[in-house]
Amino acid sequence: MSGVIGQAVSRIDGPAKVTGSAHYSGEIALPGLAYAEIVGARVASGRITSIDTAQAEDAEGVAGILTHLNMPKVNNVPLLPSLIGGPAPGETFFPMQDDVVHYAGQPVAIVVADGLEQAQHAATLVQISYAETPSITTIDQGRADAYEPEKIFGGLMPAQTRRGNVEDGFAAADLLIDAPFRFAANHHNPIEALTTTAVWDGDQLTLYDSCQGIKAVQLTVAALLGLSPSKIRVLTRYVGGAFGAKAMVWPHVTLTALAAQYVRRPVRLALPRGQMFTSCGHREEQEQHIELGATSDGKLTAIRHHKISITSPFDDWAEPAFGVASQLYACPGFEGVHRLVRGNTMTPTFTRGPGEAVGVFTLECAMDELASELGIDPIELRLRNITDVDPNTGHPWSSYGLRECFERGARRFGWAGRNPQPRSERHGNWLIGTGMATAGYPIAFFMHTQRARAHLYADGTAIVQTATQEFGTGTSTVMTQVAADGLGIGLRDVRFEFGDTDLPNAGSPVGSNGAMMVSAAVHNAATAVRDQLITLAVSDSQSPLHGADPAGVVVAGGRMTLAGDANTGETYSSLMQRHIMSDAEAIGSWDPPPLDTPHGLLTFGAQFARVAVDADLGIIRVRHMVGAFAPGRVLNPKTARSQLMGGMLWGMSQALLEGTHMDTRHGRWANASLGDYLVPVNADAPDVDVELIEVEDHVTGPLGVKGVGEIGQVGAAAAIANAVYHATGYRVRELPIAVEHLLAHLPSGPASAAAGAQPDLT
Amino acid sequence: MRQNVLRPGLLVDINDLPLNRVEDLPEGGLRIGALARMSDVAQAAGVVQRFPVISQALLLGASAQLRNMASMGGNLCQRVRCSYFRDATSPCNKRDPGSGCAALDGFNRGHAILGTSDKCIATHPSDVAVALVAMDAVVHTRGPADDRAIPIEEFFLLPGDTPEREHPLEHGELIVAIEVPATPTARLSIYLKFRDRESYEFALVSVAAAVRIQDGAIADVRLALGGVGTKPWRARRAEASLVGKLAGEASFAEAAGQELAAAKPRPLNAFKVELAQRAIIRALMTLTNGDTR
Ligand SMILES: Cc1cc2nc3c(=O)[nH]c(=O)nc-3n(C[C@H](O)[C@H](O)[C@H](O)COP(=O)(O)OP(=O)(O)OC[C@H]3O[C@@H](n4cnc5c(N)ncnc54)[C@H](O)[C@@H]3O)c2cc1C
Ligand code: SF4
Repeated sequence: MSGVIGQAVSRIDGPAKVTGSAHYSGEIALPGLAYAEIVGARVASGRITSIDTAQAEDAEGVAGILTHLNMPKVNNVPLLPSLIGGPAPGETFFPMQDDVVHYAGQPVAIVVADGLEQAQHAATLVQISYAETPSITTIDQGRADAYEPEKIFGGLMPAQTRRGNVEDGFAAADLLIDAPFRFAANHHNPIEALTTTAVWDGDQLTLYDSCQGIKAVQLTVAALLGLSPSKIRVLTRYVGGAFGAKAMVWPHVTLTALAAQYVRRPVRLALPRGQMFTSCGHREEQEQHIELGATSDGKLTAIRHHKISITSPFDDWAEPAFGVASQLYACPGFEGVHRLVRGNTMTPTFTRGPGEAVGVFTLECAMDELASELGIDPIELRLRNITDVDPNTGHPWSSYGLRECFERGARRFGWAGRNPQPRSERHGNWLIGTGMATAGYPIAFFMHTQRARAHLYADGTAIVQTATQEFGTGTSTVMTQVAADGLGIGLRDVRFEFGDTDLPNAGSPVGSNGAMMVSAAVHNAATAVRDQLITLAVSDSQSPLHGADPAGVVVAGGRMTLAGDANTGETYSSLMQRHIMSDAEAIGSWDPPPLDTPHGLLTFGAQFARVAVDADLGIIRVRHMVGAFAPGRVLNPKTARSQLMGGMLWGMSQALLEGTHMDTRHGRWANASLGDYLVPVNADAPDVDVELIEVEDHVTGPLGVKGVGEIGQVGAAAAIANAVYHATGYRVRELPIAVEHLLAHLPSGPASAAAGAQPDLT
Repeated sequence: MRQNVLRPGLLVDINDLPLNRVEDLPEGGLRIGALARMSDVAQAAGVVQRFPVISQALLLGASAQLRNMASMGGNLCQRVRCSYFRDATSPCNKRDPGSGCAALDGFNRGHAILGTSDKCIATHPSDVAVALVAMDAVVHTRGPADDRAIPIEEFFLLPGDTPEREHPLEHGELIVAIEVPATPTARLSIYLKFRDRESYEFALVSVAAAVRIQDGAIADVRLALGGVGTKPWRARRAEASLVGKLAGEASFAEAAGQELAAAKPRPLNAFKVELAQRAIIRALMTLTNGDTR
């Protein structure tokens, strides 16, 4: 190992992004390019009774319009998460196959024109009449007809789990906590909208697509259109954020390909911000109800965790409430049930910590209540319940580190000596509170074989390639490090190539798996080339290494030497030149362990937050966040920290800002813009400290990487909510927490009492 | 325009008109050109020193980038943030007179509680207009026929039965300047803005306040509210209640209560009735105590 791994290397794509020379999928210059605009359904349920495109077709620059009347039919493709490595449509429904409208915003026409503004204008001229039928767009509207599906989450998880006997557990408990929570829907809102550019050359299709998985795009479009994947090439160099919105392949990608085929020109579609709320899934509106039973010394005896949420008319989608939430603590009795309401929305999807962000929030807020009730310090309560084995299987964790996370996080935060009494600290107008929560994130081995190619030139420089892509997380930087390390050459001597489906297969880097699975393949490819050349050297009588034990040869800076004797050796270059080799190449591959591998698989962490709540006005500001995480091997502390900090801020956002609200009268989202859907700005960001605890893991691939993608968000919202309780003495059981929840529960009495202002709610 | 809410047939770029000056008037007032950029006005020495409330209101609005581009005239005339107005689809009396008001029974958390009608409850979005209303500014216009000086409170129309009409401007009439009269009380003035997000968001409630205390009693007070009114809301009832009273939480609370007694909330924005009162108290306490947030 050359020591390149673990270095805080700055992003290699930084200069291109800062100077604007990085070209995103909507910036690829192509001759003859036309622009597409989708027309979304105005109603949430019903039928199209007439659609008149005459006026739009006559508008300046219009090249063609597709509606259900002339749209080619596509194949049915089942919904499977892109991590699995096959076709991965975001919903099983494909638009414009008939006249039925299932949700507001559903594409009902696609207009193509010479210019973007022409397409936008013509889209407003398409005249559509609907026969509207009543819609269901919230849990409340459909609660009476809720059902228990068999599986959820794209078929990945059972809708129910049971462990031990909860009834016995509750009977054995000295104390019960019963806490219902409500959660507004969330939308991902990456700043780069989903964008597709489609180019046909005969029967060959090239797609430039802003996505989280180029392979998934290739296979999904191939399956929908009945094309061989070999006819489709997907190129994605840069992606401006994704957060799950681009993990699955949504209809607009294939619609763009069909539109390009129809007008016989390259076509680009960039979803306008408003359509980002109806085109790429969301985190569903949900309610979670948790009951805890515990003994008076704080040992959990039973957990009952129920969720109800709303899904689309076609798919049984719910993000799991209790994957991780069932694994964090050694509680003998566990019962988890998901129920679903069918509604007129699109199929929800993976959203930043899908399942964990909300499920762990519920558990960790309830744990805080339990700690308060029992008068036990919240960290101590958790220490009494954590477990060295996965409580669902009894298997030991592949690596752990949770205790160290609590310890180091608490020290960094200054938790010791905390006064547990709510409302015990006030500075001026601000009530100050602190809170903490446990974090966990699953490691899922659903992916297929991962492959990478390493290609070393005789001058000692290399190209390392794999069909992953960079969506802003630092993948390309970290993979360059892994490749340089494996080959034993300098960072600057490696070019990492990605973002092209013609390269060796890699799965969609989703579910925080990218660093783990891609690094495994890259490492194996790089070390395969290194080993080839070492083998050649030790068998070459002209080499200073002749006869050495290959295992005793190390490589650094492109020079192979005997371990412990840096003077005996030679460079790759001299060896290769002597053998008249212009290059050396190898494919490295990695297969994940089997799904039933006898290990508990989670990444662990601990979150801490200090908040200030305006004692009169209820405004909440987060002052400090500390997160301590044990993500296995840290490949690059700089990019890892950035990811984790970003995740923690998303947690703050989840706690205090993000919520999409349904207007049930029209079945449309009422705040579908970045002006109305709030995400934090820099001014909201508190001091965020990240502690990295390295744990050795021998299960998660050759480098022992676990992943930092999403765990930063998990638990962060709970730490904040618990801190809000500590500041105010009031528990808000709804996200996002807002002024109106707190106003009646602050130290100052109602100002209106004196004046007698009576809200007139008629 | 980009959202198909407005579809003008003709656009005229007025940016080259020589209307971007910020002048100190001899008696201590200000004359702000209609095309002066928000950021320039916020930094002008005369504004910072004599009218801190105006400077603060500007700096708490929008973002630095927007303030560098946006003009004072444009800010006063900016359109409402009501999402039903902006979606170009829902019934909206302001966009499409007579079509109804989707916000009345819709998602109206951000909507107004004062000056509403059953035709429209959209909040006036501007911050600086709130400060200007508190300072009795005058809007100077030039039309094809003549020049007018419109007291700023008359410049903003209540929705009533005609929410589509927001200003008394006639076709072809331009704002040329905003004059702020000399206001010694404004030296002790403040603009407080309360919102979910720390920056780059419109107010849930904001308060422009100025007071002059003489012998412990309130000699002069200016109070205006943002985020709660269909127009920048001069809190005249509260002002009347305060003049002559001793400065203190009790008199502030009473005044706040009187102002908000006229509030007509909807279920989702009912909290603003309480929030606005507490915000008024906070602003006045801050001014009279040197109380800091
Ligand atoms: C995301 C966002 C957040 C914002 N947040 C805030 C905020 O928190 N607080 C706040 O106060 N503002 C806020 N604004 C509004 C912003 O400060 C500007 O005032 C607004 O965008 C108008 O900009 P403009 O000057 O370019 O006006 P324009 O868009 O050029 O004009 C707006 C309107 O005024 C008319 N107009 C312009 N000048 C004149 C004139 N001289 N005479 C007559 N009519 C005229 C125009 O015809 C047009 O109808 C925000 C805006 C955005 C986009
Ligand atoms: S509140 Fe006003 S702007 Fe909003 S929908 Fe009603 S009429 Fe339109």
